[in-house]
Amino acid sequence: MSNKNIIKGFISCQEAGNICDRSQYKEASFWERIKLELHIFWCVKCSEYVKKNSMLSKLLKTHANEHCTHHLPKEKKEALEELIKSEK
Amino acid sequence: MNNKQHQINPDTWIKNYADYMYSYTIQRVNNHEKAQDIVQDTFLAALKAKANYKGEASERTWLIAILKRKIIDYYRKSNSKKGKAEVRMNYINTDEQEGDWLEERVADHKGNNTDFDLDNDDLSRTLEDCIDSLPIKQAAVFRMKTLQEMESEDICNELDITSSNLWVIIHRARVQLMECMEVNWYN
Repeated sequence: MSNKNIIKGFISCQEAGNICDRSQYKEASFWERIKLELHIFWCVKCSEYVKKNSMLSKLLKTHANEHCTHHLPKEKKEALEELIKSEK
Repeated sequence: MNNKQHQINPDTWIKNYADYMYSYTIQRVNNHEKAQDIVQDTFLAALKAKANYKGEASERTWLIAILKRKIIDYYRKSNSKKGKAEVRMNYINTDEQEGDWLEERVADHKGNNTDFDLDNDDLSRTLEDCIDSLPIKQAAVFRMKTLQEMESEDICNELDITSSNLWVIIHRARVQLMECMEVNWYN
């Protein structure tokens, strides 16, 4: 392992990006998140990516909370599909 | 947002937009039955008006513009019947147009402004437009994972991709969305 990797928390930028993406969906383990934290402490580029990625998740969450909280009943969807077919 | 011509496909409307439009409407009219009626009226109005669709705005933006008009119509009707709910709107109002929104007038102008300020509308529209601008497969994977909150394994099985492929696609989608939001939202 190179000195650079040791300094950046034993992971590459590519791996850091992957952990960062998975952590947006709560799919990164505790140790992976520690590695990511160590990595971004030294890596400005990945630190920036983490910030932007978290911001995107916040926007998406706002969007989801605001607009996707209800589901049209299945029967209604089927009826609407039929209606659209007949009206086309 | 981008210069690509959008296509219209009524066959996918229910699958792609019904839940979104229903949620959107419930939050504005606070009545499930009325919301269902309004969504249905919107799809029917969109079918009538589809010849006017020029492909400048995304299909979703266009449908939401019609939906907004339907919500305004709903409030206008309940206002005139019950004398309640003062609704202010900038709406061409002549004797001939008394009543329903005229579907023939619905066009898909970019940045369509229906003069109906609704919370977080711009954010949602920008996000949806950005997601729409992703390559088809990326958009599909991103929606499944992020908006529909599907398990990674289920997405991989459904789309016949490996887990690493999934995360590469998600990564590319997120990078592109960040750029798109930076240009169209933050700036």
